[in-house]
Amino acid sequence: MNEKVTSIKVAGLGGMGVLKSSLILAEVFFRQGLDVKKAEVHGMSQRGGSICSDVRFGKKVFSPMIPAGTIDFLVLFQEDQFPLYEAECSPDTVILKPTAIDLSRLGNRKALNVAMIGLLSRHLDVPVDAWLKVIREILPQKLHEVNEAAFELGRLSA
Amino acid sequence: MERKFLMGNEAVALGALHAGAARGAGYPGTPSSEILEVFNQLGGKAEWAPNEKVAAEVALGVSFAGVRSFATMKHVGLNVAADVLFTAAYSGVDGALVFVVADDPGMASSQNEQDSRRYAVAAGVPLLEPSDSQEAYDFARCAFEISERWKIPVILKLTTRVCHSGTVVTPRAPDADLPAAHFERNIPYHVMVPGHARPAHRRLRQKLAEIAEWNEKNGPNKEIKGSKDLGILVSGVAFEHAREAAPEASFFKIGMSCPLPVKPMLDFIASVDRAVVIEENDPYMADAVRAAGGTVESAPEMYRFGELNVNRVRRILAGDTSPEAVPSKGRPPQLCAGCPHAVTFEILKQNNCIVAGDIGCYTLAALQPLAAMDTQICMGASLGVGLGLRHVLPREEAKRVVSVIGDSTFVHSGLTGLAEMTYNVPETGHVLLILDNSTTAMTGQQEHPGTGRLLDHTPTNRLDYEKVARAMNVPNVGTFDPVQQRAAFEAALIEALGKNELTVLIVRRPCILAMVRKGVKPADAEG
Repeated sequence: MNEKVTSIKVAGLGGMGVLKSSLILAEVFFRQGLDVKKAEVHGMSQRGGSICSDVRFGKKVFSPMIPAGTIDFLVLFQEDQFPLYEAECSPDTVILKPTAIDLSRLGNRKALNVAMIGLLSRHLDVPVDAWLKVIREILPQKLHEVNEAAFELGRLSA
Repeated sequence: MERKFLMGNEAVALGALHAGAARGAGYPGTPSSEILEVFNQLGGKAEWAPNEKVAAEVALGVSFAGVRSFATMKHVGLNVAADVLFTAAYSGVDGALVFVVADDPGMASSQNEQDSRRYAVAAGVPLLEPSDSQEAYDFARCAFEISERWKIPVILKLTTRVCHSGTVVTPRAPDADLPAAHFERNIPYHVMVPGHARPAHRRLRQKLAEIAEWNEKNGPNKEIKGSKDLGILVSGVAFEHAREAAPEASFFKIGMSCPLPVKPMLDFIASVDRAVVIEENDPYMADAVRAAGGTVESAPEMYRFGELNVNRVRRILAGDTSPEAVPSKGRPPQLCAGCPHAVTFEILKQNNCIVAGDIGCYTLAALQPLAAMDTQICMGASLGVGLGLRHVLPREEAKRVVSVIGDSTFVHSGLTGLAEMTYNVPETGHVLLILDNSTTAMTGQQEHPGTGRLLDHTPTNRLDYEKVARAMNVPNVGTFDPVQQRAAFEAALIEALGKNELTVLIVRRPCILAMVRKGVKPADAEG
């Protein structure tokens, strides 16, 4: 990896697994030996409201929050949340939307967050095993099968 | 030791554990709530106290037994615990005592954005400000050390962005060979009557002078040499934003901001052509360094509102005071779909009540579409404010006033309000609704004395609201399930509003999120 910091914003609504997925992302990059920072807001804003989490990784990361105009990947769990973050995107921002996933093939709607991680993983230089290992460690065992399938579904989507 | 990826709150918990803290006490409050939960998971002894004042007193008692303790709270919790802080600063401590206080610039989940650094100055205690999780860990360890070395309470000041950001942490070996708890009688130091407190105040000022000297020479501050053109004096997470906004600049990063390391700050200012102070909330450091004769720039007034970020720091450095882009508003927070306590507010609205509200999830009832709460200020204020309204409003208006408080908030600050209600009784009487969802819901479902369970969810005594109300001589006490007994509850409320008597109604139905967590489907929960 070079000196560049990569910035990923994950966005959705409270209850969609935004924080869980950003935890998985951060842990994956952390285990690649990189500097990682993750920023999010807990509490009142989570009560069904719009929610987002910033994950940044690279050789050295300063601010945990992505400066406006420097989002590399915007991962939306719900497409209608896009206008909230549009102004923070640049022409180079890669925008990943849930419409890229065939939801009929998703075993459990709650696994959409991990499917979106699978979709994002296509753009990042991290081995599949590294993703799956962290997903298995962070999620409870009874959810492994459905989430591994969701990751694969996202990974094979475009 | 192996590096870890930790949230600031997790790092503080680990720091307290490695410092050998014998007990941590607190009251939940975003963004501080996870600290004690994690401390408990790591094997530390942690408790939820009824409120922050009691938590701080428990922690002080632990310290008087010669072992290390800490109390956690959000910034407004320090208002409640301030009485302890100010005089514990005089008495001094035996084992280390650390107040972990989480500020919320930008008010992600708070009713104000007060700056806790002012408390450190007012009480005369040292204050440390970490900028990321590594410093949250290191400064937690440092706070225990300073507290024990100078026998003084220390504030570890976090902010929302430090508490809830994850960064990499490399811990160090835990402290070993700490003394066992033991009480040493020392009446002149532990009993703050005037004759003891006068010399105690002098001792406090002497300690602060020594700590100031230590901070200037060996404190947790650091200088980063860069361009002579621009020097930035900065503390907290703003340091990270500023490094990114101005990578070429020289930095003086303040880790202990009370007492400030004034001399090195002045030396740094003199070493650069342009010095700018970057800090969140109040211009605390800028004012202090100017009072000491330093010539610095600081952020225009508009930047004291809300938290800072890289772009705002760039604007400050550029002297840009043009209006900032208004962030797009997402879907606002709201009461959970199916929240049983929304019913109560529907009924209050239908009956045209004036609702003196309180702090918790149910404060969301003040927002559209319910818009059924008329006042909310601080923990417990529903009682006093409701009673004040009852005392002076014209009779027909006064009879519409209802105080509404959640179960955890009632235990925190409502008991004394209830005593006021039964002592200074308004002519029209009063009606108090205790919304009992059997948890501290807004902050993430923590236990409290009314749930009958401890922080780790094991059973203990349960405070009985009905018995408390009766013991305080409230003549009318009733309990209703707002979903299953909606009609009866509404009838009881209307009856209470009609008489000139005191009534307490406990509106009891567990938090829907707690039910889901326990595996009870909401449909089943409908019973």
